[in-house]
Amino acid sequence: MSTPLATAEPRQRTLRRRGSATRRDHLVGYAMIAPQVLGAVAFVLVPLIAVAWYSLHEWNVLANTFVFAGADNYDRMLSDPALRDSLMASLVFSIGLVVLNVSLALLLAVLLNQKLPGTTTFRTFFFSPVVVSLVAWTIVWSFLLQDDGGINGFLASLGVEGPNWLRNEGTAMLAVIVVQVFKNVGLNMILFLAALQSVPEEIQEAARIDGAGAWRRFRSIVLPLISPTILLVSILTIVGSLEVFAQIAVLTGGGPGNSTTVLVYFLYQQAFRFNDFGYASAISVLLFVIVLALTLIQWQTRKRWVFDEV
Amino acid sequence: MIPLTRRCGLAAGLAAVTAVGLTACGSGDQEVAGEPEAPAEPVSLTMTVWTADEGQLAMFQSIADAYVAENPDLVAEVSFEAIPFEDYTTSLTTRLAGGNAPDLAWILESYAPEFVQSGALVDVGPTLQAADGYDYDDLLDSSLSLWQQDDGLFAYPFSNSPFAMFVNTDQIEAAGQPSPADLVAADEWTYEAAREIAAATAEESGKQGLVVRDFEYQVWENLSTIWEGWGAAPWSEDGTQCTFTDPEMVEAMTWIHDATFVDGALPGPGTTADFFAGDAAMTITQISRASSLDESFGWDVVPLPAGPEGRQNVIGQAGIGVFAQAENPDVAADFLAWFTNPENAEQLAANFPPPRESLLTSEVLGAANPLLSEEQLQAVVVEGIQDAVTKPAHPSFARLQEAVRIELDSLWSADADVEQVLGDVCTAIDPVLAD
Repeated sequence: MSTPLATAEPRQRTLRRRGSATRRDHLVGYAMIAPQVLGAVAFVLVPLIAVAWYSLHEWNVLANTFVFAGADNYDRMLSDPALRDSLMASLVFSIGLVVLNVSLALLLAVLLNQKLPGTTTFRTFFFSPVVVSLVAWTIVWSFLLQDDGGINGFLASLGVEGPNWLRNEGTAMLAVIVVQVFKNVGLNMILFLAALQSVPEEIQEAARIDGAGAWRRFRSIVLPLISPTILLVSILTIVGSLEVFAQIAVLTGGGPGNSTTVLVYFLYQQAFRFNDFGYASAISVLLFVIVLALTLIQWQTRKRWVFDEV
Repeated sequence: MIPLTRRCGLAAGLAAVTAVGLTACGSGDQEVAGEPEAPAEPVSLTMTVWTADEGQLAMFQSIADAYVAENPDLVAEVSFEAIPFEDYTTSLTTRLAGGNAPDLAWILESYAPEFVQSGALVDVGPTLQAADGYDYDDLLDSSLSLWQQDDGLFAYPFSNSPFAMFVNTDQIEAAGQPSPADLVAADEWTYEAAREIAAATAEESGKQGLVVRDFEYQVWENLSTIWEGWGAAPWSEDGTQCTFTDPEMVEAMTWIHDATFVDGALPGPGTTADFFAGDAAMTITQISRASSLDESFGWDVVPLPAGPEGRQNVIGQAGIGVFAQAENPDVAADFLAWFTNPENAEQLAANFPPPRESLLTSEVLGAANPLLSEEQLQAVVVEGIQDAVTKPAHPSFARLQEAVRIELDSLWSADADVEQVLGDVCTAIDPVLAD
């Protein structure tokens, strides 16, 4: 009789010890994640709630008035033609940027994945704009793109009369997109390069023995295997494209007309130029919903086109 | 619409941990600065400015230090915070949004009605009038009017800088063109003459002709220096009617358009040219820019040319206001009275033509501006401030600025239909003016 008791006691002690150890582990775990959670609450969650709250008010900082306005700001959004123009400008910018950036990044990655002399130099060359200050990069481009700037000077030497890139409605958006593509294409290129280098050589070898050509191997083996990276790059580029601000502020100031007044720039004008923080907050909520919806759609549809999730 | 007072607490609580805090809620009632009471501890005052010129900041600081020495019970220190001009008003309103208003701030004339009418500033009139030796009656009514409302004065217009024409005499002479100073003397200094000189000089030098400084096809209000010669204005005096389609404005804008795209007298959009770096024959800018001149080329400064309606002097003003939101508006107003008293206004006159009649003499201004001759100062500054109009201003100026800029962009091409574009401008701004 005593034996089971004798064995039960240490077991209970072990369990108790294990229980307290587990609690301690939990506490340590919570302590570990606490800075991250507190940071996310303070700098993400609370501002999100605050912006939603502000969006229900008419808030003029100059007059120092903060008046509950219900859904007035949202009603105004529905009937604001300037907001519609701005959404259209954002759409054009995002589509242009994603298509150009992702395809150019993939092309560069494929080219620089060859075992040829000088590829490291080219990789560095294409990646270097990523680490340059965004504003400095954009200011340099603003000089190059002005009417009597470097690009038109170069075109003139070829006998071509270049347009006034940033002042012409037909070319201003294109110029802003190209400046942004050159700035960030290196980052996407590196992501694609890493993905390309993880494609097993033996699968390609087997396909080559089976008689598959280079294009067939790329389409049927490489593309499916790097599809998770294409998903990642697409999400990052689309979300990034909706946040573009400095390039617009430096290059075009939203013009000519309002052809490059993208959503974030429009939001900035409402808040910081027109002192209409309530309406600007409502636009922020709209921007948040758009980014969230795009990310969810891409995430939900990934199974149809992503071959394998990492 | 419910004025939100109880809810403010929650909003402020939420905002306390966000980047944009909300610490003050209330209505736009206007307050009057009173006699400063000695605080428990001397306070610190901050004034935001848009100059980063070390000499100017040092002068402000010496005036402020003398005030601190005189009033040790009231003030411990006064600091001047420089914000770049391009982002000045935006940065200022962002500070207000964050509940972090400076005690005093420079305010640009275009935004004067918005600040004056909003209730953001306190009425400093009684404090200035009551200050010992202030000589309030010496202040020019024409300078004060933009900053007044209902008998109150909501900022002191410390700078009244006339627009003038700077000319590069070397370039004009090389092109064999008549000297603008001679044309002024012969009473033939008109915009037509300036346009001919600019076009001919630009062709000869391969550089630019006449640059309206800081316009850059964005800051269209700077064109008012030209269109005032036609008697044109962007909106009616009461700010309710668009006047871009009035014949004077159509004529003036057609002149600007043709001078740019037909004669090449003005640089086209997207071309940068700095007169002070020798890139252009002439520039219209404020006299305070004279400090950028050096000996690298021969130059002169003459009054603005006459348009079909004669010569109209234009000034750019800047005011100093005291924020109601700040902690010590009474002390700040008292400091403003010190900062702008006759003695200190004479010091400030070195860079900022004061609104004081007694100081607007070529002798006083000449003592502080060794670069300019007494004749130049008399013609451009002293006479330039008389009967001058200020650049366009409106209570909804920021919205109007953007709306007009958007529509005017179509004007800046060779084949633009000026009348139609100006009609579009009115269509765009009518709702804002009617608001």
